[in-house]
Amino acid sequence: MELCDLTLHEIKDLFAQKEVLPSMVMASVVKRIGEVEEKLGAYLALDLEAALAAARAADDRIKAGRALGVLDGIPVAIKDNLCQAGRETTCASRILQGFVPPYTATVVQKLLDQGALILGRTNMDEFAMGSSTENSAFKPAKNPWDPERVPGGSSGGSAAAVAAGEAIAALGSDTGGSIRQPAAFCGVTGLKPTYGLVSRYGLVAFASSFDQIGPLAKDAEDCALMLSAVAGFDPLDSTSVRGTPVDYTQELDRELTGRTIGLPREYFGEGLDPEVRRLVMAAVAQLEDLGARVVEISLKMTEYALPVYYLISSAEASSNLGRYDGIRYGRAAAGREDLAAYYTRTRAEGFGPEVKRRIMLGTYALSAGYYEAYYQKAQQVRTLICREFAEAFRVVDAIVTPTSPTLPFRLGERLTDPLAMYMSDVCTVPVNIAGLSALSIPCGFARGLPVGLQIIGRPFAETTILNIAHQYQKVTGHHRARPCGTGHDRAEQEGGSPDEV
Amino acid sequence: MRVSEEEVRRVAELARLAFSEAELRQLAGEFNRILEAFAKLNEVDTTGVPPTAHVLKVKNRFRADQIRPSLPRPEALRNANAVKDGSFVAPLVME
Repeated sequence: MELCDLTLHEIKDLFAQKEVLPSMVMASVVKRIGEVEEKLGAYLALDLEAALAAARAADDRIKAGRALGVLDGIPVAIKDNLCQAGRETTCASRILQGFVPPYTATVVQKLLDQGALILGRTNMDEFAMGSSTENSAFKPAKNPWDPERVPGGSSGGSAAAVAAGEAIAALGSDTGGSIRQPAAFCGVTGLKPTYGLVSRYGLVAFASSFDQIGPLAKDAEDCALMLSAVAGFDPLDSTSVRGTPVDYTQELDRELTGRTIGLPREYFGEGLDPEVRRLVMAAVAQLEDLGARVVEISLKMTEYALPVYYLISSAEASSNLGRYDGIRYGRAAAGREDLAAYYTRTRAEGFGPEVKRRIMLGTYALSAGYYEAYYQKAQQVRTLICREFAEAFRVVDAIVTPTSPTLPFRLGERLTDPLAMYMSDVCTVPVNIAGLSALSIPCGFARGLPVGLQIIGRPFAETTILNIAHQYQKVTGHHRARPCGTGHDRAEQEGGSPDEV
Repeated sequence: MRVSEEEVRRVAELARLAFSEAELRQLAGEFNRILEAFAKLNEVDTTGVPPTAHVLKVKNRFRADQIRPSLPRPEALRNANAVKDGSFVAPLVME
């Protein structure tokens, strides 16, 4: 296995033993990018010169035993909706082409302060609206397990980059599943933190009552390390929650005995691929073997989550995206004779079809005469969904579901049918509606494609869901399969799933 | 509740977006399919249920009103399409 295919914690240990230096890891990642990036389209912009220079500085610190933190010398990728001063940030939209932020997002600053090497900015659905990364205005990203299939979205570039060894770990954002669903499709581990845990200062807003930034990495331990690095109170984000810093690795090694896991029957109904069901149920049996008590529960409001999510998130998006007017920043239309016409032309030329569709849907849901029927109704049902989860978490410590009801689909397959595309998010949106913590881990392969298991936790219970994920990964090997490189791992997967290790 | 092309055109004006006739027809069709599916929410009795705007208990957050350094003006203007006398230039609103 090459260095770029190792986990963050494995590389950190090699650094500590001074067997490997950051420049060597960078060289391996750069080589892999050269081999696969053209095929996968995981990045919108690479910043390799700066990362290589940063690696040389990290080499000296590692050699001297003066590492800045666990991320020192680790090559990471960031989603293109996270601002970094002096680096073009586009959100994969034409309207932001050429936009160079004058300031840096808190999470990106935290990575830089801890010595992480920022490789570049990853591909995404335009303004994070989508479930396949096909809504990128520049190019679609591809799934490293099968380049004819989508990597999921909207953080599809981050997920593909980590899976393919084009980055050791990455940051994404999750509004309705945009970290977890691509993590499932690409066979990596992705975590959506509790609303308010990670600062959003410098994240380009999509739907402000749902958006959260989180890590995509090769296993739960790496996600715990990444989360520890970026979480915490930030006075610059008014939704950031005060609290003492937490080491998210602290409960990884706890045994599962005494944990109660809920299995909500509503997530296993119509529309679930039988192969996905089989692998998720096998993972549930594995968790029982590890000592967890599994109980069936019912979340009756689940079927209302998708309309609640799309009505509220589109309404918030229509308001948030009002700022793109061609005056203060971003691409503008030619001709400035009339203000309203100038705005309209700028926006009609700058936004892609899905972004326009959501702005339209949101504007409609907020407009006079429809506000009560759609927006307010959705907010009321949101209350009921929150209450139902709170009730469930009185008896269970975590809830386990499929991350996506289907396997990764083919490029173009759902692009012409918005409702079919929205269905991709049916298992993930309830978590954002209620502001809970959740992650997705690989739980096997079907037809050579990865399947994800979603573990949902109480608000601020990231240590619990990471513990469950880590205990599962200690006895299974799905998270160790790699789509690129030797080819050996891939062949092994196609023959079946290497369960016990 | 059917959404007409005329209504879609009115929403486009509110949203400062413009569409061709063919696009308007398509959007109206998509709107109707999406809203029809979302009408499912009407099954839920929400009498007396308060709306949730966001899940946090925090309300306003105040800080001390202290003068601190802010973004230098040239930096704030750097991404603008037109700049004059240290300000953004917008098209004329009134003669």
